[in-house]
Amino acid sequence: MTQALLQVEGLTKQFHAGGGLFARQRSMTAVRAVDLTINRAEVVGVVGESGCGKSTLARLVMRLIEPTSGRVRLDGTDITALSPKTLRAARRRMAMVFQDPYSSLDPRYSIADILAEPFVVQSRRMPARTVETMLETVGLPQTMATQYPHQLSGGQRQRIGIARALVLQPEFIVLDEPTASLDVSIQAQIIELLSSLRDRFGLTYLFISHDLGLVRYFCNRIVVMYLGAVCEILPDPKSAPRHPYTSALLASNFSPDPAARRTLAPLAGEIPSPFNLPSGCAFAGRCPRVTDICRMQQPPLVAEGGHAVACFNPL
Amino acid sequence: MTPLLRLTDVCVDIGRKRLLDGIGLTLDRGQVLGLVGESGSGKSLTALAIAGLLPLIGGKVTGGAIHFDGMDLTAIGEARLRSLRGKRFGFVMQNPMTALDAVQRIGEQIDIVSRLHLGLSAQAARLRTLDLMAQLRIAEPSAVAEAYPHQLSGGMKQRIVIAMALAGDPELIIADEPTTALDVTVQAQIIQILTRLSRDRGLALLLITHDMGVVAQVCDRVAVLYAGRIAEERAVEPIFEAPSHPYTAALIGCIPRDGMAPGSLHGIPGAVPVSGRYPSGCRFNPRCTHAADLCRQERPALRALPSGGSVACHFAKAETS
Ligand SMILES: Nc1ncnc2c1ncn2[C@@H]1O[C@H](COP(=O)(O)OP(=O)(O)OP(=O)(O)O)[C@@H](O)[C@H]1O
Ligand SMILES: Nc1ncnc2c1ncn2[C@@H]1O[C@H](COP(=O)(O)OP(=O)(O)OP(=O)(O)O)[C@@H](O)[C@H]1O
Ligand code: SF4
Ligand SMILES: [Mg+2]
Ligand SMILES: [Mg+2]
Repeated sequence: MTQALLQVEGLTKQFHAGGGLFARQRSMTAVRAVDLTINRAEVVGVVGESGCGKSTLARLVMRLIEPTSGRVRLDGTDITALSPKTLRAARRRMAMVFQDPYSSLDPRYSIADILAEPFVVQSRRMPARTVETMLETVGLPQTMATQYPHQLSGGQRQRIGIARALVLQPEFIVLDEPTASLDVSIQAQIIELLSSLRDRFGLTYLFISHDLGLVRYFCNRIVVMYLGAVCEILPDPKSAPRHPYTSALLASNFSPDPAARRTLAPLAGEIPSPFNLPSGCAFAGRCPRVTDICRMQQPPLVAEGGHAVACFNPL
Repeated sequence: MTPLLRLTDVCVDIGRKRLLDGIGLTLDRGQVLGLVGESGSGKSLTALAIAGLLPLIGGKVTGGAIHFDGMDLTAIGEARLRSLRGKRFGFVMQNPMTALDAVQRIGEQIDIVSRLHLGLSAQAARLRTLDLMAQLRIAEPSAVAEAYPHQLSGGMKQRIVIAMALAGDPELIIADEPTTALDVTVQAQIIQILTRLSRDRGLALLLITHDMGVVAQVCDRVAVLYAGRIAEERAVEPIFEAPSHPYTAALIGCIPRDGMAPGSLHGIPGAVPVSGRYPSGCRFNPRCTHAADLCRQERPALRALPSGGSVACHFAKAETS
């Protein structure tokens, strides 16, 4: 039987912008009622366009920010209900790799210090040879221990980001677009590194990306988000999309095969402002299958054998 | 037929650094040429060299020729070059904000191009602007024409920049990563618009991108740059089917495709060298799985391939002309 490691229930985050003396305060829902289960040793991908709430979801799952409502359970423990002290203990079991390898490492610390830092936060003694082992694990030379982030290339920094995430031997890692700022040549190396680390340590990943081709290669299941909500969960990377938005994403993904050229059928229209969402389906304004009901009601996410879709007129 | 654009052995220096070394390319009317390579390989410098904009970053063409419709752009002088820019070729930069004036209305910024280059009256220019905006699928062109840049989304701004590049009715468009900062669905829209223009109007398009998927789907020819030199230049199908240069093969091997087994992405070890640290011989040799002593000693010449195109690798099966 597969075992759920992470369970997300009704997770919601609202942000308030503006306010102040004169401006009218506006609120927007960056993540809306997300339900999600991740099994042990699974790689679940989250895709969607800029601003759809991927990083907010990641930060909620890590409890780097507080949810407006909903829960996150790690191996049964509700981490949204933990006190700061018990949360710190739970944090040993989960880690995050950030999108930007340039800003996510403190330029004042050496690589050895950066890798030791999680132990300092946990008030734990770092076992001997940890830095050496970690550098080796992520394929970097030992000489790098005494260097500083600015002396490293983007790909090397991202390896350090991964090493730092691994240092406390977590079970679960959130990867927020870990290769988005890197060349494909480096991306390919990082993806294969992540994949071999998963096999070696039995890791579970939540992998965030806007690159559907990459997610289809790397992930076991795919969650598609549009404007804060899950619109589809594909049980297998090869499943045919049923939501018109997923289908449009797939059609916008340029396949690296000139023999399989397709006529593009890009989506019309613009993404609506998150401050001013339509009352019905958030995708209604761009959807080629839209009908009257779509503009009036929000389609519920309905699952059928692991394949969930939130659409009144699915494909 | 002479191509619309031909670069022969172009060298570009900034200060004492030689950053482009012997670039050769050709582009015909109605063709889409993709220019690819990792970050730092010299794609933007090539674009700036063609557009005559190198002085902006303190660079200059120090060798070779850039022929555009028979004229050598490196020899005609800044005044004539300025009259060609906008009128006969347009330039779309990666960041639309650098091309737009924040305090001028969108419509006026497009109008000025056709007034200047086509000699249109204010009224005729505005009609042309609205027509171009409609062709670029901008909803409610007359409303958008009255807006300021900050009121538009990134994808809209990029379409405005393309409208400006098209307003002088050019024969060539140079687009430097026109969609890198945009979402995939918007990217698809813009790439479709650009390539359609090329097919419908016989426009030549030099499309700079690091996305091999975009190249495979829309380009006719591909030029692969590595460390300031051309590695390979060929028609798109053969380059993907049977790349001649190990660097091209390695780049293609970095992209996940449907049905690929896990563990089959290879990546390319190491990094693109920077000027001053170029290895001798073939600049790709430290990262190349085929490198032999010859590669470390001798620069491979750019040689013609029997199937058309050219390649610079000692071990590629080229014609030994
Ligand atoms: N701290 C914050 N305060 C106010 N709004 C925020 C905050 N963080 C995020 N948002 C808003 O929430 C929405 C979702 O942002 P988020 O960063 O999660 O998107 P994303 O899917 O990660 O996008 P990208 O692909 O660009 O990284 C956006 O509209 C964003 O502007
Ligand atoms: N103004 C400059 N002064 C000095 N060196 C420069 C300058 N502009 C570019 N270079 C160098 O020239 C080389 C080629 O740069 P170029 O911008 O053409 O690369 P690119 O292929 O466009 O990369 P990217 O994909 O990152 O845009 C790089 O090594 C870069 O560091
Ligand atoms: S010349 Fe040698 S090093 Fe360069 S690409 Fe060819 S085989 Fe590799
Ligand atoms: Mg994000
Ligand atoms: Mg560039």
